[in-house]
Amino acid sequence: MLDVIELGHTYGAGTRAHVALDDVNFRVDEGEIVCVVGPSGCGKSTLLKSVAGLHRITKGEIHLHGKQVRDVPGELAVVFQDYSRSLFPWLNVAKNVEFPLRSAGVPRAERHRRAADALESVGLAHVARKHPWQLSGGMQQRVAIARALAYRPALLLMDEPFASVDAQTRAELEDLVLRVRAEQEMTILLVTHDIDESVYLGDRVLVLSTAPTTVVDTLKVDLPRERDQIITRASVEFVRLRSEVARLLRH
Amino acid sequence: MFANSKIAAFAQRWLIFVIFVLIWQWAATVAARTVFPTPLAIATEVRELWLSGPASHLFITSAVDADILPSVGRLAEGWAIASVAGIVLGIAIGLVPWLADYTSAVLAFMRAVPPVMLVPVFLILFHIGNPMQLATIIFGSIWPVLLNSVDGARSVDPVKRDTARAYRIGRLRWVWSVVLPAASPKIFAGLRINLAFALILMVVSELVGSPDGLGYRITSAEDTFDYRAMWAGIAVVALMGFLLNRLLVAVEDRALAWHHSSTRLLEG
Repeated sequence: MLDVIELGHTYGAGTRAHVALDDVNFRVDEGEIVCVVGPSGCGKSTLLKSVAGLHRITKGEIHLHGKQVRDVPGELAVVFQDYSRSLFPWLNVAKNVEFPLRSAGVPRAERHRRAADALESVGLAHVARKHPWQLSGGMQQRVAIARALAYRPALLLMDEPFASVDAQTRAELEDLVLRVRAEQEMTILLVTHDIDESVYLGDRVLVLSTAPTTVVDTLKVDLPRERDQIITRASVEFVRLRSEVARLLRH
Repeated sequence: MFANSKIAAFAQRWLIFVIFVLIWQWAATVAARTVFPTPLAIATEVRELWLSGPASHLFITSAVDADILPSVGRLAEGWAIASVAGIVLGIAIGLVPWLADYTSAVLAFMRAVPPVMLVPVFLILFHIGNPMQLATIIFGSIWPVLLNSVDGARSVDPVKRDTARAYRIGRLRWVWSVVLPAASPKIFAGLRINLAFALILMVVSELVGSPDGLGYRITSAEDTFDYRAMWAGIAVVALMGFLLNRLLVAVEDRALAWHHSSTRLLEG
């Protein structure tokens, strides 16, 4: 459903030009979770922003459902790393979740219902009337995820979504993502710097090089779809895959 | 315990004020000069001038119509126009980079002009009367809220901007539902300063060119050596400034409850 073809992005021009992305090619199929890992500063976020249509790419093409992405596509939602900056502190949790739906032309009653459902599925129905800043970091990121779910995107983009929460919360949120993916048959492109996370969540792992960035390799994750924080992470295949990703990253 | 600490805070805030008034009363009594009446005499004068009317009028005298209401009206009108115009222009300038490029030099120059200096200009342009006073209040008090709105609109978090764009929030809704609330703490700070400016300019404009209002009352009392009435006018202006600021702070506390609580939470 998503095709990225010879994507390149250069910041600035002339002698000051910085080539963030050089030649990135990959595709994401319907219902897949593709994790993108790369060394820090390799342009992972640039890649995600390009796919989201948040900036004009300088080279190549991105197709979503066969249509070229030129502006922000309507069937796409983004979860950012910095939940505290991405949520609106002047709105309560339910209104934050509903916020994008009004612009998408969803009628009022349907907005309420979708927000309630989304909050229910991330386990936050009981704090719908609270404000984001009254919640813990992990709960705030769940609000951001609920906002994305309520939007019912064809493609969900996640930019290092669990980099700012503690390890326990991170494991919970990872399982939350796997669960909603299973329930809603969503396609997810997730950027992370955590090798274990990429293997644990991904159907495929895309390993990027340092800038100017290209795709070093794509690994198929041959783990059962049902995953478990303890059993999966202890399995032989998991350990093999994470060493493989680590080896590729060292390139 | 909670009630006690509230009472203590209230007492703390007003204790110095009460001491100040007592010293003033003592000093004025000792000095015994007509230009320097005691606060008690001033309070009595305020009551006689404006609050000794018939019970059917809630004790308000007809002098209120000539002295206080015109001032309140001008202040409210001038402040409201300056505030709305300041917010609208400020947010537009803050959001549109080329607009900021064109206007920054003009803004820097205009805000450096002491507002009172424009009074003679407006006197010539509009003659004595309401338009001149409104022009003085508006042009003098628009700058704090305008500059703060520019600043507020410019400092909207880039992550919020990306979020709004990724969810395809329309332009109008972006300005109204994201930029405006995000900028509102700075806007309110500007509103408080421009309220103080507006009050000063209201009095100044009435001192030099007005047939009514508190400023006019103060100068005419001075001209007729009625120093008690002069001081009574000053006291009412001060009281007005205090009450209006309180009102604005109360509105701000409601509108910015999310901001105060979230920042308190971060500090705590």
